[in-house]
Amino acid sequence: MHRGKGMKFVGDSRIPAEKKPNIPKDYSEYPGKTEAFWPNYLLKEWMIGAVFLIGFLCFTAVNPVSLEGIADPTDSGYIPLPDWYFLFLYQLLKYEYASGTFELFGNVIIPGLAFGALLLAPWLDPGPERRPSKRPVGTGLMLLATISVIYLTWEAVDQHDWEAAEEQGEILDEDDIQEVDMDHAGYEIYEEQGCIECHGEQLEGSGAAGPNLYDLPYGAEDIANISVEGIGEMPAGMFDGSDEELEIMSEYIEAEGQPNGDDDEDEDEDDEDEEDE
Amino acid sequence: MLQRIYDWVDERMDITPLWRDIADHEVPEHVNPAHHFSAFVYCFGGLTFFTVVIQFLSGMFLTMYYVPDIINAYESVMYLQSEVAFGMIVRGMHHWGASVVIVMMFLHTLRVFFTGAYKKPRELNWVVGVLIFFVILGLGFTGYLLPWDMKAYFATVVALEIAESVPVVGEMIRVLLAGHEELLGAQTLTRFFAIHVFFLPGALLGLLAAHFIMIRRQGISGPL
Ligand code: HEC
Repeated sequence: MHRGKGMKFVGDSRIPAEKKPNIPKDYSEYPGKTEAFWPNYLLKEWMIGAVFLIGFLCFTAVNPVSLEGIADPTDSGYIPLPDWYFLFLYQLLKYEYASGTFELFGNVIIPGLAFGALLLAPWLDPGPERRPSKRPVGTGLMLLATISVIYLTWEAVDQHDWEAAEEQGEILDEDDIQEVDMDHAGYEIYEEQGCIECHGEQLEGSGAAGPNLYDLPYGAEDIANISVEGIGEMPAGMFDGSDEELEIMSEYIEAEGQPNGDDDEDEDEDDEDEEDE
Repeated sequence: MLQRIYDWVDERMDITPLWRDIADHEVPEHVNPAHHFSAFVYCFGGLTFFTVVIQFLSGMFLTMYYVPDIINAYESVMYLQSEVAFGMIVRGMHHWGASVVIVMMFLHTLRVFFTGAYKKPRELNWVVGVLIFFVILGLGFTGYLLPWDMKAYFATVVALEIAESVPVVGEMIRVLLAGHEELLGAQTLTRFFAIHVFFLPGALLGLLAAHFIMIRRQGISGPL
């Protein structure tokens, strides 16, 4: 605010005594082809901004944002992944010399040094030279850091199992869940043996812990085998009941939890009948 | 008419000097892409700011629907993107905008570094810029949890574990962020929401103001 000379009193207040014209300075005396920021340069800048905005909107329109299933803290099999711009830190912690006993390197020392150096760059490199080629140490370190960040991000993306990630986050539709017969003796065994924890209350599966058990390509005997011996990522020895129970449960699962093993077949026959008519 | 309004205000507040500081300066040749195409590298700072403005605007619209509690957060995001007109676009702008801010800011940082623009007398502005960098990363981190879906939840679980593993202060940081020593739940979501919507944007506005005031005071650095 203008004070002292050039102000006049109006009542108990002061206002400028003389008006200053508001016209841009004449820049012609500056060397080179300078340009007034307002309005000449700003207009051009706005055009760059407009093109940028249109590109951004187009990208947004064709790339809908994904939303996975609602957070379920009990799904311990979920493979976590941060947003891509944190991948480099995440990847760093996977290396042997940055985790476990060397954890301190990964979570404090390396990031601390890198970001600390970034913050204090003006004092670490105080010389007057501005050209990158005249300050090789600073330039080299910055290039090294940039390449490391890009490399780490790349590695993290490369090592991640994207297919599994897509499956595990999928939202289960109501339609994907079939009602099963929960009074069946087979269901009781299924529940007792703990299958329910990985394969869900309605055999619908539970995220990464276990797949659904609908429409299996196995017969009752294979299912019994899997229950005892495991398969793929399912550990062995999940079942420890009697052979009789094993049979009841396997048949129950083969029938996809429908009341009677034969129900399915009946339906199929009905369908065929309809087609015949 | 506009001129008369301006004069009316100017007579009472003396705003012409302010106006001079904000708009009335020259743009030197070496940063003007119209003269040297390679000068487009000087656009990254402006584009970062532009995207930050997009983030502020789209974020304000998102809070018209978003509910920061663990039962409704997910449902409100689902509702926003499937039922609300242009909800998907607004959420998309905020989601992808976060990535664009990071990329633009990274490029801007590299430009400033490799043109040596952080050297005397601009050291303080560099420091403020790096602080802005941290605040933006913090915004990305806290915003990721808010939709409360699987990937959000488990990414945050891991991040908090990493924070906790820091010696001495780790435990404190964790409790400060999550609101609990072990659980990640209702408290965590409201805290992340508050940090994402009030604390960090407030800090960001202050830092941006400092960044820009310093640029206007010192002008842009000269050609190499
Ligand atoms: C620790 C979690 C877990 C438990 C408990 C568990 N399973 Fe599994 N199950 C899995 C996983 C994971 C798979 C997928 C294996 C693969 O394909 O790599 C699987 C696969 C299966 C399959 C084959 C499905 C297919 O589509 O190929 C059957 C059948 C099966 N389980 C039955 C059972 C039964 C019966 C029980 C109870 C005795 C049980 N599971 C208990 C995790 C579990």
